[in-house]
This record gives sequence, C-alpha cells and structure tokens, in this order.
Amino acid sequence: VRRTSLSAGAAIAISALAPTGCGSDSQATLTVSAAASLQSAFTDYADHFGAAEVRQSFAASDQLAAQIRQGARPDVFASADTALPDQLHHAGLTGRPRTFAGNRLVIAVPTGSEKVRSLADVERPGTAVVVGEPAVPVGAYTRQVLGRLPAAKRRAIVANIRSQEPDTTSVLAKVAEGAADAAFVYATDVEAAGGGVRAIRLPASLQPTVAYGVAVVRGLEHPGLARRFVAGLIHGAGERALRRAGFLPPP
Amino acid sequence: MRAARPWFPAIAFVALAVALAFLVIPVVAVFTNTGPGELVSALGEHGAREALWLSLRTSLAAVAVIVLVGTPAAYLLANRAFRGRALVLTLIELPLVMPPAAAGIALLAAFGPNGILGGAIHDAGIELVFETAGVIVALVFVAAPFYLRAGVAAFAALDASSLEASRTLGAGPGRTFLRVAIPEASGGLAAGLALAWGRALGEFGATLMFAGSFPGVTRTASLEIFATFNTPNGFTAALALSGVLVAVSGALLLTVKLVSGERALEGRGI
Repeated sequence: VRRTSLSAGAAIAISALAPTGCGSDSQATLTVSAAASLQSAFTDYADHFGAAEVRQSFAASDQLAAQIRQGARPDVFASADTALPDQLHHAGLTGRPRTFAGNRLVIAVPTGSEKVRSLADVERPGTAVVVGEPAVPVGAYTRQVLGRLPAAKRRAIVANIRSQEPDTTSVLAKVAEGAADAAFVYATDVEAAGGGVRAIRLPASLQPTVAYGVAVVRGLEHPGLARRFVAGLIHGAGERALRRAGFLPPP
Repeated sequence: MRAARPWFPAIAFVALAVALAFLVIPVVAVFTNTGPGELVSALGEHGAREALWLSLRTSLAAVAVIVLVGTPAAYLLANRAFRGRALVLTLIELPLVMPPAAAGIALLAAFGPNGILGGAIHDAGIELVFETAGVIVALVFVAAPFYLRAGVAAFAALDASSLEASRTLGAGPGRTFLRVAIPEASGGLAAGLALAWGRALGEFGATLMFAGSFPGVTRTASLEIFATFNTPNGFTAALALSGVLVAVSGALLLTVKLVSGERALEGRGI
C-alpha cells in the first residue's frame, strides 16, 4: 500500500512539473523578457496575441541581458536599446535583432509641485534628481542628454543626482513618492503612471535617439512562435499596442 | 507497520542529503565559479571597496542603536508581566517575517516625504531619503527584531534569585540590570547581536526603496552586487562581493554558535 501511495506521489510531482517541459501540443507558452518600460504595451499585446499564451518578465534591459548571458533562455528578448540585443547577437545567443519602437526621454516631476518647471530648474542647487544606473538604457540615454549640455550646466545637474536606480520604474517611483523633485524617464512611463507625475519635454537639441531592439533567443523549441511575436511588433497587434501606449515608430 | 522500518531511515537520509546539497552548493559556487585571483582583483575596484566600507559603517551604526535601545527594552519585556505583553512581543517580531519590499513601502509610508511622520521629520531638519541616515533606519527596522527576540529569551532565562539577591544587597534596579543581568545574559545577547548584524549586512530591498542607491552614500554592498551584476562582465565582480558577504555572514553565524553554545538552539522563553 505504501509503495503505491509513494509512486502516486511521484506521479503527481512529475505531472506538476510537466507543463514547462511539453508545450507544443495543445496551448504553447511563449516566454518574453522585456524592458520595464514596455510593461503596459506588452501586457496589452499579450492579450491580443492569439497564437500562444505569453508569459512575460519585465525588468531592467541590462539585467535581462545578464540573465541570458548566465544561461536563461526566454523565447524573446526586447530591450530599451539596440546595444544589448546586438551584444547578445554577437555572442551567438540570439538571432539578428530588429528595431521595433522609439521613445522620448522626458523630465518627470510630481504633479502638484512647482519646484521644477524646466531644465534650468533641474540645475538649481537643492533640486533632488534621480536617474538610472549608467548600465541600464534609461540611464545611458540620460547621460547622453547631460553630455550635450555645456559643462557648467552638466556639472550642476550631476551634483544634484541623489540616486541611481536599477530600472526606469524605480526611477519614476522616486518622483511619485515625493522623494525626488525631478527624474529622467521615458515619456511612456509618465503616461502609464497616470496621475501623480507629469512630464516636461526636453529641448529637441538634447533629445537622444531612443530605439528599442528585439531578438529571438537561439536554441528554442518553437522559434516560429517567437518570430510571429516579433513580426507582430513591427506590423500588427503589437505595433498597435505600442502606439496606444505612446511609443513612437522605430527611428 | 513492520515493513515501514527498513526504508524510512534511508528516505530520511536521502532527504537530508538533498537538503544539504541544495543549501550548500550555491554557497560553494560563489567561491569556485571564478578563480580566486579574479575574485580578489575584483575587490580592488573602487566601487566595491566603497560599498563594503559603507555597509560596515551603516551596519555597525544600526547595531549600536539596536543594542542601546533594545537591551533595556528586552529586559523589561522579559521581567514584567503586563496586559498585552504577548501582543507587544508579536509586534516587535513582525519585521522578521515581513517581505523586504513591504518593509521598504512601510518605511516610506511612515518616514518618507509623504509619509505620516515625514513632515515632522523634515521640520526637525532630518533628511533620511537619499541619505546614509536613511540606510541606517532601514537596517535598524529589519535587524532589531533579531536582537530583541534573543535578548528577551536571554533575560527570561536568568536565575531570578541572583537578581533578587542583588536587590536585597542594596543595588538599585539600574545597577542590577548593568552589573548582574547583562553579564549573565551576555551569551544570548551576543548571539542576538551577531544575528542582527548579519541581517543588517544583507539588507537590500528596504534600503533601495527607502534610501535609494548612490555610490558612497546609500549604495551598500548588497546594492552594489545588484548594480554590478547587470553590467557586461560584471558577474565576476558581483561574485567577489558576494563572497565577502558570505564569508562575513558565515563568521557571524559561527560566532553565534560559539558564544551561545547550545543554548541558542534550545529556543527558550518566547
């Protein structure tokens, strides 16, 4: 009797593990690692992607790339820049990347606050500024903006930086909770946040080219599904979801 | 029933082997995944040393606060029976089981710029968010329960007659606390201190959410590990810093075992 119940237990344990192993028959599951800024657009797209159930994980693009370098194998990697997918492609970890969307960098400020109304206010001593880490795309774009400023203005803003956050979501959170007076994030982040924060546009001369790259990860069970997901980002349901969330066409 | 005897010890043995392997392999991998030379040179990086130094300073400051306030508080809780004592004991242990992200949010809701005490703190001229002081607040919040818990257990286990003898000989309650209770409970207190210190060194989520992350100001070793891991080729540097934290935590745990002997394992009092 005992032996039977033991093997029954083993059978239950095995069947609980099974869905991750076999997915090709009835309803396939597509796993997508995507930049934190893509969360609302990709969640919307997943609801409209009929071919498979889409399981997504959103985090800083550099963190997702580091996971793939350490052996993680999602089906699709979508990054807030083109450099990280290019690096993974050169390392033989993904197929050729495609650029699928653009975005703008803005200054996010708390809705009620009048402390920061323009870039000049960000330079004023005592303004608490939050940016992304240099390694995360939003932080790299922010440094491009700062690099285009005259040295004195750049130094003034750099001196006001109080925190370097791991991803764009936590950069924006520091403004939303009232800790920071200003933060450099994507325009779509501010739109997705609803109230609480508003965006101040950057002068066109300072605006960096924000391009999103996507690649299909090598060595998959069903690369066809992953390619369909990517194709939909360029023409189709994914593209429409991106426009609804405020993303620009690829630059 | 008779058939059960031969195979159960074997299953238990296998279970122990699986548990041991699962818990030990990741710890060993921190030191063996990359060569020792690379690990040591990664520690020479400015960012790594700055983060370790900040972790050391903030965790020591937090432990100092915890010991100064926690020792008399634990003594009172151990020696007084009062209505609601069980509730107080539960409340001070709550941060032990609180998820770090929830702790970060809770600290913001209480002491953040828009928190219920945020205005008063700001008016008092104290800045916590984006400041080293904010890191210390986060560390105290997550680590204090370890010391309080151990302190209450250590004081509760004291021989009541020696405390009474001290009082009959004319020592006041303060003198009895300092000269008799603390020395006699020192093993349990030291164990609690080491556990609290270990927890403070490892703090991540509450620090990032409440204090932010800036090199030299709020970026502790745990935050530096996270920041370094994401950079290309940052895995080795992250491993090296992890190795230091694992070694220090291991040393602290060993200290707990040595100073408290078997007493810490018996779990008396609460």
